[in-house]
Amino acid sequence: MAEANIAAAGAAPLPARERPPANIVGPVAWARANLFSSWWSTAITLVLLYVILRAGWGFISWGLIHAIWTVPQGANGPDTASCRAAIGAGACWAVIGEKYRFMLFGFYPFSQQWRPAIVVLLFIGLFLVSANRRFWRKELALIWIVTMIVIGVLMWGGILGMPHVAQDQWGGLPITLILATFGLALAFPLSVFVALGRRSTRLPAVKMLCVAYVELIRGVPLISLLFMASVMFPLFLPEGVDIDKLLRAQVAIILFAGAYLAEVVRAGLQALPKGQGEAADALGLSYWKKTLLIILPQALRLVIPPLVNTFIGFFKDTSLVLIIGIFDLLKSGITAIADPNWQGFGNEMYVTLAVIYFVFCFAMSKYSRGLERELDRARRR
Amino acid sequence: METIDSMSGTTLDPRLNPSRAAPKKGMTLSWSDPKLRAIFWQVVIIGAVAGIVWYLTRNTNRNLESRHIATGFGFLFQSASIPIGESLLDFTPSVSTYGRALVIGLLNTLKIAVVGVVLATILGTVVGIGRLSPNWLLSRVTAVYVETLRDIPVLLQLIFWYGLMQALPGPRQALNPVPGVFLSNRGLKVPMFDWQAEYWWVLLAFVVGLIGTLAYRRSAKRKQEETGERPRVWPAGVLLLIAFPGVVWAALGAQFSVDVPALRGFNFQGGVTMTPEYTALLVGLVAYTATYIAEIVRSGILAVPQGQWEAGGALGLHRGKVMSQIVLPQALRVIVPPMTSQYLNLIKNSSLAVAIGYQDIVSIANTTLNQTGQAIEGIFIIMLVYLTFSLSISLFMNWYNARIALVER
Repeated sequence: MAEANIAAAGAAPLPARERPPANIVGPVAWARANLFSSWWSTAITLVLLYVILRAGWGFISWGLIHAIWTVPQGANGPDTASCRAAIGAGACWAVIGEKYRFMLFGFYPFSQQWRPAIVVLLFIGLFLVSANRRFWRKELALIWIVTMIVIGVLMWGGILGMPHVAQDQWGGLPITLILATFGLALAFPLSVFVALGRRSTRLPAVKMLCVAYVELIRGVPLISLLFMASVMFPLFLPEGVDIDKLLRAQVAIILFAGAYLAEVVRAGLQALPKGQGEAADALGLSYWKKTLLIILPQALRLVIPPLVNTFIGFFKDTSLVLIIGIFDLLKSGITAIADPNWQGFGNEMYVTLAVIYFVFCFAMSKYSRGLERELDRARRR
Repeated sequence: METIDSMSGTTLDPRLNPSRAAPKKGMTLSWSDPKLRAIFWQVVIIGAVAGIVWYLTRNTNRNLESRHIATGFGFLFQSASIPIGESLLDFTPSVSTYGRALVIGLLNTLKIAVVGVVLATILGTVVGIGRLSPNWLLSRVTAVYVETLRDIPVLLQLIFWYGLMQALPGPRQALNPVPGVFLSNRGLKVPMFDWQAEYWWVLLAFVVGLIGTLAYRRSAKRKQEETGERPRVWPAGVLLLIAFPGVVWAALGAQFSVDVPALRGFNFQGGVTMTPEYTALLVGLVAYTATYIAEIVRSGILAVPQGQWEAGGALGLHRGKVMSQIVLPQALRVIVPPMTSQYLNLIKNSSLAVAIGYQDIVSIANTTLNQTGQAIEGIFIIMLVYLTFSLSISLFMNWYNARIALVER
């Protein structure tokens, strides 16, 4: 009886739910789960695919297939006729090949442009060294100071056989890097004092001063500070004293960055357990010993990732100086295509500038996110 | 009763007894007194700041005198020769005053700020939710959008969009993606229905209907809390919000006409125009700010524990309902504070309008200070306007945040 049952079951087709599962691995199953799981999801996938393929093909066709990479040299400057014929169909990358020196270095004397080039490399080296956690100690401050002095010597010249180059001739990528990096480096000590002042309980007048400074600066756009630097700072100075526009913009950026960094530092101070300060008090340390030896080393370590994010913001915001007529990377790029020969090739230049900004910002944000994860893991353990 | 009192009396710190407390120290003129040091340092720091301010003011006064620049806000009532392309008020160059020009600039800033905040919120929320979608392609595309646009300076993006607007064909060859909508280098033209006087009554009817619906919803909620059964709200809502204004509209003669832009001669007539400057600024700011809002929305949703999703599912709610009724209300608590600073960023970034020639408050104040030479007053006006914005938005968002914050018992 039992045997007959088994035989009958074997002969009959298996009921549906006992059938071996459909593919749950492999590309088809993956697509079914992640792209076509419901009719709603399928519709989104199809629409997006259509848009991506169209836009992607349009960009490849414009930027690669129909692009023009070089133009012949005519009697008076480059001959851009072939590029003009291709407007709308293909990109004219020849404009970048022709103008990249101006885009990167602005009006810096052509024969001396190796100097800003080295400055850019020094900046990148400085970032790489600072990013390495092995170098996070007191000597790092020394490295920054030395590098900044070397950068100043290279840009100004006037010694070691390098001819002097005035500040109004500087331009391009070094300006962007100088404004952002010097801004951060000089605003950082200021921001630590402001953050400490804002947290102080014994000095109510100083606390109010710090709150007023931070809230005032954070409440207004950077542009208004830059306008202030460009039209109001000259009024502040005694007669006969005149400081350069670049330096004035740098001061405005330092004041601006100081307020934002102060909030970042304050967050770090707040995140520190109260017991740390109390323990230092119990040991009888003075205020400055307590702050320098106990509080700041721990608080600043906490705020490194948000510090990098703030720096990315400054790096992008330095482009605003073009409004008061300083030749940063963006302004140099835009000025380069004002050349009558090359008018009308704005998009090529914008794409190139966007790629340069993107590479710097993306690298920094990737780094900051990785660091955050790493520090978080160390803290959780 | 007495025993308890006497017992607690014994546990009291003896130092709290006034007769046993340490003697109160009077102020001593000694460097080791922290109070005295605090006062000393405050006097030194405030004195230094006041000294710097005094020095700068003295220099400024001398400079203004030697350059013969007037001071004060008298220039607000002088006639201004600023050509203004886009304004919500009438303006006649060299007849109207600087004050009026600045009010126009302020209104233009508000125009970009309000529309920008609304659109950026919508786009940012959609993208933020899209990044969490189970659809792989959608989550990838939104991720690439967010990661790319937030790493490119917003000024470069604005200049790019403005260049794109200028490169569009002229009005005669305008792009016409949807009937009635024209995109040319003169800007974006869209149809607009003509505003009739009767519409005010229809609007009033709609507001009455809205109040009625909200009141009905509140009573339905109370009933649900008392009896467990929730009366249907939406039929009453449809009746009050759509049918009632509709009836009013029909009763007043059912007037309706649409003003469609049409090409006459060299330019378009009729419809509503968004100038190239405004369009570029709006698109640029919205696309940029939405990347930040998307990240805020995403992290807000991720901050809601997975168990909330599962509990919602266990109650038999479908995914959309769990999102809207359970997850989003909780995510809002995480979302609102950083969202406030993004709104403020958008408003502050709208000052970049000056780079592409949209006449906002910064642009007009800048022209004013160049024409009158009164730099201090011009900058003061710009800062005052933005500080007012910042403060009022912060106050409103703090109020809203307190309303939705978790009430702890």
